[in-house]
Amino acid sequence: MSEAWEPRIVAFFCNWCTYTAADLAGVSRLKYAPNLRTIRVMCSGRVDPQFVLEAFARGADGVLIGGCHPGDCHYISGNYKCLRRFKMLRRLVRDMGIEEGRLRLEWIAASEGEKLKNVVNEMVAHVRALGPLRLNQKFAEWDEEMNQLEHAVGEAQKAKEPVHA
Amino acid sequence: MPEKPKIAFYWCASCGGCEESVVDLAENILDVVAAVDIVFWPVAMDFKVSDVEAMPDGSIAATMINGAIRTSEQEEMARLLRRKSKYLIAYGACAQLGGLPALANQFPREQIMKFVYEESPTVDNPARIRPQTKFAEDGRVATLPEFRNVVRTLDQVVEVDYYLPGCAPTPKLLAKAVEALLTGDLPPKGSVLAPDVALCEECPRKDSKPTEVAFKEFKRPHLTALDPTLCFLAQGVVCMGVATRGGCEAQCVRGHMPCTGCFGPTSRVRDQGAKVLSSLSANVAAEDEHGIEKTLAGIPDPVGTFYRYGLAASLLRRKVSLR
Repeated sequence: MSEAWEPRIVAFFCNWCTYTAADLAGVSRLKYAPNLRTIRVMCSGRVDPQFVLEAFARGADGVLIGGCHPGDCHYISGNYKCLRRFKMLRRLVRDMGIEEGRLRLEWIAASEGEKLKNVVNEMVAHVRALGPLRLNQKFAEWDEEMNQLEHAVGEAQKAKEPVHA
Repeated sequence: MPEKPKIAFYWCASCGGCEESVVDLAENILDVVAAVDIVFWPVAMDFKVSDVEAMPDGSIAATMINGAIRTSEQEEMARLLRRKSKYLIAYGACAQLGGLPALANQFPREQIMKFVYEESPTVDNPARIRPQTKFAEDGRVATLPEFRNVVRTLDQVVEVDYYLPGCAPTPKLLAKAVEALLTGDLPPKGSVLAPDVALCEECPRKDSKPTEVAFKEFKRPHLTALDPTLCFLAQGVVCMGVATRGGCEAQCVRGHMPCTGCFGPTSRVRDQGAKVLSSLSANVAAEDEHGIEKTLAGIPDPVGTFYRYGLAASLLRRKVSLR
């Protein structure tokens, strides 16, 4: 790991508003931080909390969910479902020791390319200040304590081997 | 005479309820004993670890291990029994998912040790003595296993062939599993030996489950007079049956208590807690931020509620230590 660390943010954007806003930001040649890995979903209501946890578990430093403003959901109520899940998920994630700023929900309409730019820049700056999360590496570090035993038992086994040979 | 298949039982970090569930086979246990040879069962029979070590590798037909893995001794036994057994079965919620012991994954080891040996109100230990892994006196050395930083599921330590879910598994499921082992009629490796449907499917209150659940508040079962025939969700009580595997025949619901999730997720779900959270939260009635937060405040401990049995097996596994 000689490369300098850059925040990696997984973004779940809804097809009808936020993803379109990201398109608009691109077409309008707005510049914003290149730290997003964007995943397009049909609706923010499709964002299963498992997706968010898995993103963290696989090494994301932050997760951003983008959906239509309340009242504007293409599927009428998907964004409300997303908001309710988010409120609970944010508490759970915080209780599990992940800083609050790493998980964010924003309503960004198709016309709000400028807002998208600002939200992304803000979040990247915030996560940068928090530093790396690197859960995938932490898992390996946690399990290091088992490897020593595996080694010791292996050695002891070798010493005893002739018994079954 | 052909040799009877050899079976072993072992326990790790667990309460003993799983051992009890084996005895709960009642008179059927005699059929089991007639069909198999129990070669290792520390809770009930006098065998030593050296007896197991002396067996050829793979010579035990099946070993059922219950309990989560917290100490180096449990790790060592899990590895030994894995090597000696053809099939290794994670028996019960703790071995499969971490179970209640895995709730300790919310706290650092030091905090646990400090509380248990110094701060607990029932402890009198002014010298603040803590257990040591090694102690020598008069040339004799006593050792204790290492207490790990993380509570693990059995399959996070060794390869597991099958899972018998539950806190504890029901005698019916155990009898079925033993029969499957004896006849060789086994599902694909890695299967959970229980039906792959949500508990709601076999719930006696299924018919009263509303198509559109809308929580106005969450009620605690011990603080509320509840209708013994109506779906718990319709009464605003957290019931994890929606995201929990069936197979227990809804014993808790029949006893007028909501499901707390001990059978773990179905095969379509990776993280049971996240799925329950998703289902319950999405069905809150309120649409404004304040109203949603107020309703959700009725679940004061999300980790303890949604991951009651599944924290070690969850996507995040344990609390990330804060800097």
